[in-house]
Amino acid sequence: MKTDISGLNKLFENRVRLGVMSILIVNNSSDFNDLKESLGVTDGNLASHLKALEENKVIMVNKQFIGRKPNTSYSITESGSLLFRNHVNALENLINSR
Amino acid sequence: METITNYSEDIKTIKRIMEESSRFLSLSGLSGIFAGILAFLGGFAVHFLRLRTQDISLLKYEVVAVAMIVLILALAGSFYFSIRKAKSKGQKIWTPVSRRLLLNLFIPLISGGFFILILYFENHWKLIVPAMLIFYGLSLVSAGKFTYSEVFYLGLAELITGFLAAIFQESFILFWVLGFGFLHIVYGLIMYRKYQG
Repeated sequence: MKTDISGLNKLFENRVRLGVMSILIVNNSSDFNDLKESLGVTDGNLASHLKALEENKVIMVNKQFIGRKPNTSYSITESGSLLFRNHVNALENLINSR
Repeated sequence: METITNYSEDIKTIKRIMEESSRFLSLSGLSGIFAGILAFLGGFAVHFLRLRTQDISLLKYEVVAVAMIVLILALAGSFYFSIRKAKSKGQKIWTPVSRRLLLNLFIPLISGGFFILILYFENHWKLIVPAMLIFYGLSLVSAGKFTYSEVFYLGLAELITGFLAAIFQESFILFWVLGFGFLHIVYGLIMYRKYQG
């Protein structure tokens, strides 16, 4: 994974991805519609960012049926949680060093 | 310099989203003040009813009616003031976190309701107010994880008041007024001043 010298992670350098990670780090899991509602983004936009996060194994996807309706929920992985915390620390360090 | 502003914007966004997605922040201090005043009025009403007769079992319908009216009006007030605050801050009221808050509030609250119904039909009059305070305290403790931490501490205070009420059962009106009246007003004033609304 691309991490630059200061500890910032390229994967998280996007508002939607930051938002998804911020929600998932404080919640056990969140489904697609809740994420969409909280972040105020379109289906396609959210889906593409979720896919990128999933491919980098920072979030996990859990597909199930609630009654007859398919429901997709997401949760953070252990490595995702660690990488995101490092990213946030790096951001804070950058701000404080000025 | 521009990138630094972006970074601090990022941090602000992260913190705001983390807080908003884990805590419901539209509770209003006015709800507490309103509930407290209602509880005082209810306490006075029961006190004056009691002057007519010392045998509380003769007043059971009146006392239960007063308690129900206070509960319903207090809940309605808290919904009203929360909706008003959410609207004024441009926040949504029906969110994943508010649903979780309500679920965690109502599980102990409804359990308490059923338990109190049993106490009522089994004629354990003196335990009704302590049970109300204890179950209400547990509800707030459990809901407190999803909103301002003051709600959690109010819950603890209600629990302690409930256990004291269970020890000093004769003074149930005093503990009712203390738990539902006084504590709510103190909590409401603190919340109103601290969070501007």
